[in-house]
Amino acid sequence: MPEENRTILERICGIFLPKREKSLKTNRFTFSTRLLVVILLFIMIGYLVKFTLYDAPDVINNAYNKRTTNLSEQVLRGSILSANDKILAQSAINEDGEETREYPYDNMFAHVVGYIGHGKTGLESAYNYNLLTSDISLTSRIENALTGQKNEGNSIVTTLDTRLQKAAYEALGDYQGAVIAIEPKTGKVRAMVSRPDFDPNELDEIWDEINSDEDNSCLVNRATQGLYPPGSTYKILTALAYMEENPHSYGDFTYDCTGETVINSVTISIYEVEAHAECDYSYACQNSCNTAFVTLGCTLDLDKFIELNETCLFNQKISFDLSVKKSSFGLTEDSEANQMPQTIIGQGDTLMTPFHNALLMCAVANDGVLMKPYLVEEVVSAEGLTIDSTEPEEYKTLMEESMAERLQKMLESVVTDGTGYALDTDQYTAAGKTGTAENENENAHSWFVGYSNVDDPDLVVCVIVENTGAGSKYAAPIAREVFDSYYNNEMDEEYR
Amino acid sequence: MLNIISTGSNYIIIIMCVIYALSSFTVFLPSSEKRQIKRMNRQERYMFLFHFICYGVLFLKTFDVKILILYVVEVFFFLLLIFIYEHLYPDSSRVLMNHTCFLLQIGFVMLTRLSFDQAVKQFLIAVVSSTVVLVVPFIVAKAYWLKRLRWVYGLIGLAFLSTVFVIGTTKNGSTNWISFGGFALQPSEFVKIAFVFFIAAMLEKPASFRKILVTILFSAAHVLILILEKDLGGALLYFVIFIFMCYVATGRFIYMLGGVSLGALAGRVAYGLFSHVRVRFDAWLDPWSDIENTGYQITQSLFAIGTGSWFGMGLTQGRPSDIPVVESDFIFSAIAEEFGVFFALCLILIYLGIFVHFLKIAMDVKGRFYKLVAYGFSICFIFQVFLNIGGVTKFIPSTGVTLPLISYGGSSVASTLIIFAIMQGIFIIAYQEEEEGGDGGQTTEIEKTGGAVDGDWEQTDA
Repeated sequence: MPEENRTILERICGIFLPKREKSLKTNRFTFSTRLLVVILLFIMIGYLVKFTLYDAPDVINNAYNKRTTNLSEQVLRGSILSANDKILAQSAINEDGEETREYPYDNMFAHVVGYIGHGKTGLESAYNYNLLTSDISLTSRIENALTGQKNEGNSIVTTLDTRLQKAAYEALGDYQGAVIAIEPKTGKVRAMVSRPDFDPNELDEIWDEINSDEDNSCLVNRATQGLYPPGSTYKILTALAYMEENPHSYGDFTYDCTGETVINSVTISIYEVEAHAECDYSYACQNSCNTAFVTLGCTLDLDKFIELNETCLFNQKISFDLSVKKSSFGLTEDSEANQMPQTIIGQGDTLMTPFHNALLMCAVANDGVLMKPYLVEEVVSAEGLTIDSTEPEEYKTLMEESMAERLQKMLESVVTDGTGYALDTDQYTAAGKTGTAENENENAHSWFVGYSNVDDPDLVVCVIVENTGAGSKYAAPIAREVFDSYYNNEMDEEYR
Repeated sequence: MLNIISTGSNYIIIIMCVIYALSSFTVFLPSSEKRQIKRMNRQERYMFLFHFICYGVLFLKTFDVKILILYVVEVFFFLLLIFIYEHLYPDSSRVLMNHTCFLLQIGFVMLTRLSFDQAVKQFLIAVVSSTVVLVVPFIVAKAYWLKRLRWVYGLIGLAFLSTVFVIGTTKNGSTNWISFGGFALQPSEFVKIAFVFFIAAMLEKPASFRKILVTILFSAAHVLILILEKDLGGALLYFVIFIFMCYVATGRFIYMLGGVSLGALAGRVAYGLFSHVRVRFDAWLDPWSDIENTGYQITQSLFAIGTGSWFGMGLTQGRPSDIPVVESDFIFSAIAEEFGVFFALCLILIYLGIFVHFLKIAMDVKGRFYKLVAYGFSICFIFQVFLNIGGVTKFIPSTGVTLPLISYGGSSVASTLIIFAIMQGIFIIAYQEEEEGGDGGQTTEIEKTGGAVDGDWEQTDA
């Protein structure tokens, strides 16, 4: 039947019918099938190669991967070292031939380094797989196999500095709380202290006692797992929100402080002072004037404010070597107007971890860019070969550079002219914000978060002292000692 | 000490496997017969050496005499199989025989390591199946009437598939098993052979539209029954066989196009309709968020592959038993964990080599019926490999199909051995055609038969 005589139906059916005569050569289509299948399988091979090269090292380092129990039969767990080459944890074989884990600094690194034996925590848990992997040479491996010895596992070199850690640990003293020191330009965590603490060397003897002690919960790493109301340190965010909404006119704000005000049917009073009298924007910041902040904060647009908080890592997962609790922002789109005033000054339902607070300050100090925080500099084999190393990288931009610079000016004046007077020294310049977070206990939590060397920030320190009182009196002096140690480092040889 | 032996032998195994995998492609290069024979002899040596080393490690681990006995019996079986084939079918493909034995050996080694009882069971099934299928190449070569049984294939296939609705049992969420007298069977594994024969028989001659419509309806019925059994891997496999065979038989790209869009649509509908499809798809997208339940199997598989890394943990040194159903669907992960990803990649290449060999047989044979049959089995085989390995490596969602000749499962091994035997039969035909230079009375390429197709709507079935 000639082409043109066909009906439409026939033509449609025609496209399903075999091609005619010479154009139909099965072998030709077999070639294209082969090509297709070979490409498909090679994509799969490429995927498997990529998985083994790039994804596998992260994937296998998971608590659900029980293969580490097999590894520990063949590998002697590697050491954990500080940035200044001190041993924070190491394994040894005792006279009974049993493997023991030693922590030379006892309580000082208990939370951040963690422990093994009663579950695993801290770096011991996060880098469990690396510590139990041995990358020694084949000849040593054969030698060990012949002599019946275990292969030495890889060690991890942390960013922690024993001198800063000691200063922070001793400055916090017997108070409960946490101290964190981070380099804002790199994201290196230089110190992380949480108290009350425990001695990981004595874990077997004290386990029952500390595990059941709910009043102190000394096993909790307060720096990353403790959720506290941020108090006045939160005003950094309120100020940021206000400046972003009023980029040109925010300096014109004035307020007549009488010590107490009623906004949205909530009474707000200032802390421990009668009245600040007439205060402008910068005076309100320097002296942490609650009533002034509530007045300016209640003009903010709720949706934008929530968005800013989420950009600044509230309600977000923070990726870090240790697990960090999510900070929760107290307001949602459906929040009532009377919830706003408390939130603006860091009370209310908002809760954050000290680590998060330190990261916010890092972003401010680093012109708005938050560097990815990290604890482990390098993984090295027992023979000194570098297996893996971490390079500083940007994590997220939290605010514009111009906004960060304005906040820096504001925070500098807090130290020179306001509540941060404890850090006003000739030795170095500093900036920061104090906070006094009222809670269900009698005494408020005392906060300080700030950085040193304002022109080219060196170190961010965040301090929280539980149930003591004003941030300017308790937390700021502790931060001062950490900064002092950073610039002096006049310590015993042991901690150098 | 055992660890060092096991780890050290791993390197030898990997090197041998790389050479073996490469040789499964180089045998297609034009070269002298002497060199070809040398290559095939080397393949044979390597696979027996692999078998020896692995069983040696397994024995040193346990000092269990049962393992030694199993090893000796297996060696005897393989030697006998190769001997019989060489004498019964001197024109058969030695390369294909080597691949069959090597894959079976890998499977036996892994199963012995995972569970001795299953290894014995698998071995017995392999012995019985390979003995029975010894006659298959003979039938294939002699029985020209096979292509006339088109309705028999279609109807028997549908009937056999439907038996699960009467005497079916449920395994891993799919009701695709029948059991009688303590014997469990998976009909879809065998029906796929009849299915390929059915489509090949229907489309052997340039088909009328009515015939194509009937083929489509019958194929759809097969796929629908499999979907009702919740055997989605099986349904997908049948569907792909269908579209590829229609494409190659008609030369119309529309089958591919239509097949892919229809497949995507069906996938979307199945996602909404079946909870177990949703579970599997979501577990593929993000297994980490529900690592304890739906994501458990695939994450354990990834742990195994990742921990094994390039060179593997060494035989007996991994923890493959952490993965649920590791001995059947997830055996590839166990292989990657203990022998390493290099070995696993070589395994993929060997499968690809078999596929290329199958296609070459399809191209060489002159009869169009066997051409389509060979083509259908190549697609069936390689796609099953793709679904399995892609599934366990999280490349695609897991569909629950077995890895041919390696996974534990009697139906799977038996049906794959039948397919291999049929391919041997077609290879022999192709070889003899080449020797004789004749066409052996088969319907050959279309251009030879002439223009009977042209607009012939009511073409009667010959």
